[in-house]
Amino acid sequence: MMQRLAGASREDRLLLVGLPVFTILLLIGWIIWREVASLDDIEARLLTWSNIGTLTWQHLLIVVVGALIVVATAIPAGILLTRRGTGFLTPVVLSIANAGQAAPVIGVIVLLALAIGFGFWVAILSLTIYAFLPVLANTIAGLRGVDRSLIEAARGMGMSGRQVLFRVELPLAIPVIMTGVRTALVLLVGAGAFATFIDAGGLGLLIQTGIIMFRYSILVSGALLVAVLALGIEWVGRLLEILVKPGGLS
Amino acid sequence: MIEFISSRWEDILFRSYQHTSLVLQSVILATVIAILLAVVVTRYRALAPVANAISAVGLTIPSFALIGLVIPLVGIGTVPAVIVVVFYAVLPILRNTVVGLQEIDPTVLEAAKGQGMQTSGIFWRVRMPLAWPVIITGIRVATQMSMGVAAIAAYVLGPGLGGYIFTGLAQVGGANAMNYALVGTIGIIILAILVDAVLAVIARITTSKGIRA
Repeated sequence: MMQRLAGASREDRLLLVGLPVFTILLLIGWIIWREVASLDDIEARLLTWSNIGTLTWQHLLIVVVGALIVVATAIPAGILLTRRGTGFLTPVVLSIANAGQAAPVIGVIVLLALAIGFGFWVAILSLTIYAFLPVLANTIAGLRGVDRSLIEAARGMGMSGRQVLFRVELPLAIPVIMTGVRTALVLLVGAGAFATFIDAGGLGLLIQTGIIMFRYSILVSGALLVAVLALGIEWVGRLLEILVKPGGLS
Repeated sequence: MIEFISSRWEDILFRSYQHTSLVLQSVILATVIAILLAVVVTRYRALAPVANAISAVGLTIPSFALIGLVIPLVGIGTVPAVIVVVFYAVLPILRNTVVGLQEIDPTVLEAAKGQGMQTSGIFWRVRMPLAWPVIITGIRVATQMSMGVAAIAAYVLGPGLGGYIFTGLAQVGGANAMNYALVGTIGIIILAILVDAVLAVIARITTSKGIRA
């Protein structure tokens, strides 16, 4: 593991060390403020440790469930679209997905909520639609980027189509796919802050309440905690990116 | 739906104009800031990974969180909307400008020096034209992103079409809720596509003839 970290680029190493330090400092700063600040009734009730814990848990659940669904659908879709015979569909699918990306995420969430109803699963649905593209696009780009001669060599060694996919193409494409997954994770944390608008909870509730009630302590607490969560997830994503990279590639 | 649009046509046009104007002005401001930063960053090589790390971290901060952090400083309305849109727009442009300036073949710069060009001449007549295609790609990414960020800023009374999305949400169950949300969302998609098409043309025209693909 240390070897892999040493092999990372300067920017990556800077972020791998800098991100957690920065995030933890922010969090400690907030915790100290929370302990010493004098809060009025409403503020104190919203900012209890148990309430913060519940909201963080809800937010994390949205991110993790969303990410799992995206990974489980976008990677197979990307694999299917790069097989022989389906290649002609790729530009069509990618241009639809790209046009969809121009849709503001808040619009997608509100539209789906108005059409289907409020709640956790509708939030998950709209967020997975939103986070689908980066994983799909990167899976396709990663698989396409595999040197054709390597695939031919694998075939020549007698590997079946499936073996070539799982033992040559996917391992080689993993770094690019993982970058897409990290992008999706960060998008999910950010967009998860809007889940509160359709009664799906999450830390966005604090920001929303803070704005509506004009209470800066709640507003800033919510904003800081969402940012801390996003930075933490980004760090996990970067670490995963380096750890799942096949040994032969570094 | 058609009735909804025709009865509010002027308001929809005005909001579309506001939305585009907010995004374009913010992106222009962001371009100036990003290029200035990039010039400093490329002069001191050690700063490049730092700048890239900062733009990666900046893009991680959720827009709703940044809005929350900005409001106590400047209140609600157009000002926080501009600040937040500019903040996110700077990051991709900065990244691309740094990459664009760094990827220039050093032999080209040496050739320019050998012809007796001065630093400022080299910058404006060699480095900028060569880096420009990468920079304007960053500007296009920034503009697309800003369209969505501006929609979110409408929650704190920022201008533009995002207001319709939140009106739709507030009127849930009402007859026009869906119409508001649809017009807001689709309007922003149309604006984003139109503006990107214009930028694609601008990118082509402003790219130096010698390096046009």
